[in-house]
Amino acid sequence: MDTQTLIYIFVGITFSLYIGIAIWSRAGSTKEFYVAGGGVNPVVNGMATAADWMSAASFISMAGILAFAGYDGSVYLMGWTGGFVMLALLLAPYLRKFGQFTVPDFIGTRYYSKAARVVAVICLIFISFTYIAGQMRGVGIVFSRFLDVDITMGVIIGMGIVFIYAVLGGMKGITYTQVAQYCVLIFAYMVPAFFLSFLITGTPIPQIGLGSEVADGSGMSVLQKLDSVLVDLGFTAYTDGSKSMIDVFCITLALMVGTAGLPHVIVRFFTVPKASDARKSAGWALIFIALLYTTAPAIGAFGMLNFVDKVDDTAYSEVDEFFPMWEGNGLLAFQDKNGDGVMQYRPGAAFEGSPEYTGETGPSGERLLSNTPNADSANEVYVDRDIMVLANPEIANLPGWVIALMAAGGLAAALSTAAGLLLVISSSVSHDLLKSTFAPNISAKSELLAARIAATAAICVAGYLGIYPPGWVAQVVAFAFGLAASSLFPAIFMGIFFKSMNKEGAIAGMVSGLVFTFSYILYFKLLDPAANTAENWLFGISPEGIGVIGMLINFGIAIAVASVTKSTPADIRKLVDSIRVPRGAGEAHAH
Amino acid sequence: MDDNATTDQTSEAENSYWRENIRLLVSLMAIWFACSFGAGILFRDFLDQFSLGGYPLGFWFAQQGSIYVFIALIFFYVVRMKQIERKYDLDD
Repeated sequence: MDTQTLIYIFVGITFSLYIGIAIWSRAGSTKEFYVAGGGVNPVVNGMATAADWMSAASFISMAGILAFAGYDGSVYLMGWTGGFVMLALLLAPYLRKFGQFTVPDFIGTRYYSKAARVVAVICLIFISFTYIAGQMRGVGIVFSRFLDVDITMGVIIGMGIVFIYAVLGGMKGITYTQVAQYCVLIFAYMVPAFFLSFLITGTPIPQIGLGSEVADGSGMSVLQKLDSVLVDLGFTAYTDGSKSMIDVFCITLALMVGTAGLPHVIVRFFTVPKASDARKSAGWALIFIALLYTTAPAIGAFGMLNFVDKVDDTAYSEVDEFFPMWEGNGLLAFQDKNGDGVMQYRPGAAFEGSPEYTGETGPSGERLLSNTPNADSANEVYVDRDIMVLANPEIANLPGWVIALMAAGGLAAALSTAAGLLLVISSSVSHDLLKSTFAPNISAKSELLAARIAATAAICVAGYLGIYPPGWVAQVVAFAFGLAASSLFPAIFMGIFFKSMNKEGAIAGMVSGLVFTFSYILYFKLLDPAANTAENWLFGISPEGIGVIGMLINFGIAIAVASVTKSTPADIRKLVDSIRVPRGAGEAHAH
Repeated sequence: MDDNATTDQTSEAENSYWRENIRLLVSLMAIWFACSFGAGILFRDFLDQFSLGGYPLGFWFAQQGSIYVFIALIFFYVVRMKQIERKYDLDD
């Protein structure tokens, strides 16, 4: 069977599985729609959380980011896992004990204020839409690269699938499809990694392989070899970074705190039966995530080693067939600047922008480009970082079914995250804006209907953003983490640990943290991108890491304002006392 | 902050439970900080002179080790908290 047929079969089987699960687990009540009935086993929830958390970017792009950034890529590895320690220790069990449906629920109730709830809803919607546009785009990209379907059609198919299980099944449908999606994506990620690690080091376990010797008789370890190969070509050593220490520190912290403050992750912990289960569940989630996150640096390093070995100093006419194949998808390109027919891979961009083919081929058979060559660099090869995951099975000559598995895995990663985000958007509209703020008298049945309508509308907006991605989407992913770190996290944290934090303090803190972080990112990313260099940054902190300062501002302002305004009412102090103690959590309840 | 003040609603057991929880949290968060921000970032250059298999030690902490420590921290907290809750008869 050829690879294309295998891909159709794999993707078809996984999609039918997701739809089957959705039909089996339809939600009948608001409680099932918002928190899957509140009785999900902590290990199952951990697995669903892992799928929810690992997006198209984790699956497709992370290994590539690590391959090209080397040590600097560590910010993502530590940042996107360390946040789960904060969740398990500082937030999840208390929020579960509190026992309602959404993050704005907690903020609105704890700070006895509709204004606080609405501010939280605004933060949540902004964070979630920034994130979801990227997922829908990811679905389209996987379809177009593996199935020869154009991106628009791919996004529409993806929207259809998510519609079926998110709108029908709500949190209940999402939870069980996410479990299936986790199994698909982790299997798809690990299989090529085992092959690759075995091929390069003779050890099948990638985490060990990365610390072993290269099996080419040189006696060098993988990292030593990579360092020497890259330094010879003029790059920075792989194990050295080029970011400043304060920037690495702040980006890591902003990603950790941002992770702990992301609503679609927090809300997963509302679905387990008890407060102690929330802690356990965060631990399991991190184990499932760590499987992929500790493998990614190995794939990145092996992929880089393989890539340089196969491409640099190789005549185009003799290169392996993966090169021309991915050239067609625009992930690789060769511009023969010195006319010797041999590919030189060096630091710097080979040419301006992303590849634009003229449709003709050059003397060695390479596709010619209309891009202006970059005269400052001897580099002749354009590489998209996603190649490290997408093309790995071909670069390593793995069988066709492994490639089919990758396609199914990439789709699973994108769909599971998109569904989780859609759910928090729809529940914040139907539950927080309608039921709790503007239309308190609606019946449970109409609330459920409203949730389904909101989910449908959110799918359409997300699909539109996926098909016509505004230029700013890629630029503002930093927003999601920075805003979560500077607005939601401090408000939730102080709500649990500082009994004396009152309404005035929390609102002032959230608004100031949000406004500061938003303006800083807006200025450097959109208004004056030319000024986005270390000399102009506040304390040398890039927009990706500025959420840390926003968070400190939030804490500072909140504590200052709370100390000069009316103290917290007695019933709220009692509420805080009760969420601190696990006994009596019961099931998530309507209020 | 008057967090430790006994109010009408909280019992002595609840207060001791909470104090013990905070002490545990502070020490675990200190380890969390030390392995990621300490070993993986601030003291990486110093640690890189040692190696673990083929990994420079600081690099290992940044890309592998800290993640393993994170997992251990959460499960230690799960077990320890259960004991503390039982001790004060506050478990769920």
